[in-house]
Amino acid sequence: MSGQVEVQVEGQVEPQDRRPSLAVWKFASCDGCQLTLLNCEEELLALATRVDIAYFPEATRAVVEGPYDLSLVEGSVTTPHDAERILEVRRQSRRLVTIGACATAGGIQALRNFADVAEFTAAVYAHPDYIRTLSTSTPISAHVKVDFELRGCPIDRGQLLEVLAAALQNRKPRISAESVCVECKRRGNPCVLVADGTPCLGPVTHAGCGALCPSYRRGCYGCFGPADTTNASSLSGRLVDLGMPGRDVVRVFRTFNAAAPPFATESTRQEAGP
Amino acid sequence: MSHRRDGWMDGLADGDVEALELRAATLARVEGEGGMRVLVRDGQVSDVRLDIYEPPRFFEALLRGRAATEAPDITSRICGICPVAYQMSACLAVEDACGVEIPEHIRLLRRLLYCGEWLESHALHVYLLHAPDFLGYPGAIEMARDHRDAVNRGLRLKQAGNAVLATIGGRAVHPVNVRVGGFHRLPRTGELRELRAVVATALDDALATVEMAAGFDYPDFEQPYEYVSLRHERDYPIEAGSFVTSSGEAFPVAGFPDRVTEEHVEHSNALHARMGGGTYVVGPLARYSLNADRLTPLARQAADRAQLGPTCRNPFRSIVVRAVELVVAAEEALRILDGWAPEGPAAVPVPPRAGTGHGATEAPRGALYHRYELAPDGTIVQAAIVPPTSQNLASIEADLRGFVQPRIGLDAEELTRQCEQAIRNYDPCISCATHFLTLTVETDDTVGPG
Repeated sequence: MSGQVEVQVEGQVEPQDRRPSLAVWKFASCDGCQLTLLNCEEELLALATRVDIAYFPEATRAVVEGPYDLSLVEGSVTTPHDAERILEVRRQSRRLVTIGACATAGGIQALRNFADVAEFTAAVYAHPDYIRTLSTSTPISAHVKVDFELRGCPIDRGQLLEVLAAALQNRKPRISAESVCVECKRRGNPCVLVADGTPCLGPVTHAGCGALCPSYRRGCYGCFGPADTTNASSLSGRLVDLGMPGRDVVRVFRTFNAAAPPFATESTRQEAGP
Repeated sequence: MSHRRDGWMDGLADGDVEALELRAATLARVEGEGGMRVLVRDGQVSDVRLDIYEPPRFFEALLRGRAATEAPDITSRICGICPVAYQMSACLAVEDACGVEIPEHIRLLRRLLYCGEWLESHALHVYLLHAPDFLGYPGAIEMARDHRDAVNRGLRLKQAGNAVLATIGGRAVHPVNVRVGGFHRLPRTGELRELRAVVATALDDALATVEMAAGFDYPDFEQPYEYVSLRHERDYPIEAGSFVTSSGEAFPVAGFPDRVTEEHVEHSNALHARMGGGTYVVGPLARYSLNADRLTPLARQAADRAQLGPTCRNPFRSIVVRAVELVVAAEEALRILDGWAPEGPAAVPVPPRAGTGHGATEAPRGALYHRYELAPDGTIVQAAIVPPTSQNLASIEADLRGFVQPRIGLDAEELTRQCEQAIRNYDPCISCATHFLTLTVETDDTVGPG
């Protein structure tokens, strides 16, 4: 980035060092997905020998000038400043991978897309005029070309390592696009929807968590967003048959991936009523 | 782009007035997005501010109209570093609104889960974020070249915390097993047996951490803080307690909004909290100073060896207190694991009713308060959340003022680095601090003491 060139600190790479460079960027988010990178405790120091961690302010003061071979982007775009910043990040990145539901679908903060953001601001801040925010929270792909989207709220550690390995090997990440339902069957869990009548988004939710919630006797609540082919309206019908009020059906589709098109379409359809 | 590091300082020539600006446009090794600016004119610190440009996410607004049972999962997304703190304070507030008390085995399991978060978060801060300041490195990865064993110890501790979170909560970030009333399922005996071995190692590592931190060099700097923390009848405060202050006040969690006001200042998307109109501090230093008599046995011994005394007012020594709290978390986790004999269900019913509930727990960074007003069917009508970092922001700025003034003659780059270290004393979580509701709306330029 401009301005970084003057910064000389320890940890800067030697000119002959050809390790690919990694940058980690944060937009509107909770930090949980970049924390997942630091949660790779056993791999972190080994990773640091394979890639040059060139920009990761949460982990280090050292800054290496771009461009970067791989940028991981956490968070959604919610301010005019960030809408500009993501363009610069893209210009500086050979490969750009979004990590998590905020960057990939707009996150929980995209609930503003279904409401009046001016009213939201006035509800939270005494001086709404000090706050500069956009009326929507949008995924990174609404602003720039994205090379790969890693799902999850938060992302899965194993999938993140696969994305990094794929980038090092210059190949596409091998990430399954099936549903949580398939993962759950493979894990041998009894179906919470069929056996207990517990509402579960497993049939329409993208795999990646390993069917965690049903393993804890709870229905899937959609952290990984819509699977590639979904039939959300069919699932809604089943939830209504189980006795769930329409308002609650709207709510289950309006969480961390509320603005992902299949979920947004279904929640809007349910809100309109039968 | 304004989102950059311009270098560690810019010297300003302003006519013939000597002026110096210390600036870090992007604060490194903190959670979230913020910058720092300290302005010195005519040999006096004239302006100090933490710029919080982390974008607002409006949690209190988006919680309205949601079911109270959704509050733990939604508010955990405020912070990926301390999601359990949000889940626990949310559960307590909703249970309070509905007039439900949880049984002891659920309280203990919550405390165990929370110990996992303390281990994870404190190990992250002590080793990856703060220790590099004391040892002179830009980050832990660079530090590992010379201090491999220490960094490995930190990573092992962090991993142990994550193991507790994953076993009890399902995963390390945004655990899935927590619900209003308790848990979706209780842990299995075999799972806990494996966990015990990991936590036993963590206790040794935590004790070694106190020894390491006690050996660092600390600037000579003390502040007359007003400390605020929870206090529990028997235990070191983590998942339960009522408020106490260093000026001798004691009040229930429900009394928090009467005493604390939040001020919206122009340079910040986070509100600044004040108690009775004054600044105060929450977090490890406050907890320790107000609960030194509640430390677990090995933690007490470790604190004595580190010569912490009954209170600590040097913010740079917060790293030692955090290390002592790592010992508390490991000892408490072991105590709960060894005594685990659950009698009762994974969760108790929490039938909805109209009312207002308050909940506060000790997040790694300090007291985290939630309040929910519920409709008869359990729908959230109003929500208020006061995270620890917003309570500390005014003190961080005051520390910078007090710290820089006698050190103006130092090399500006070095002084800027020390200022960043002073900010990291608080382990500020800017992601947390950026979303909450005013408890009292200010009028004109004054904020009522509440």
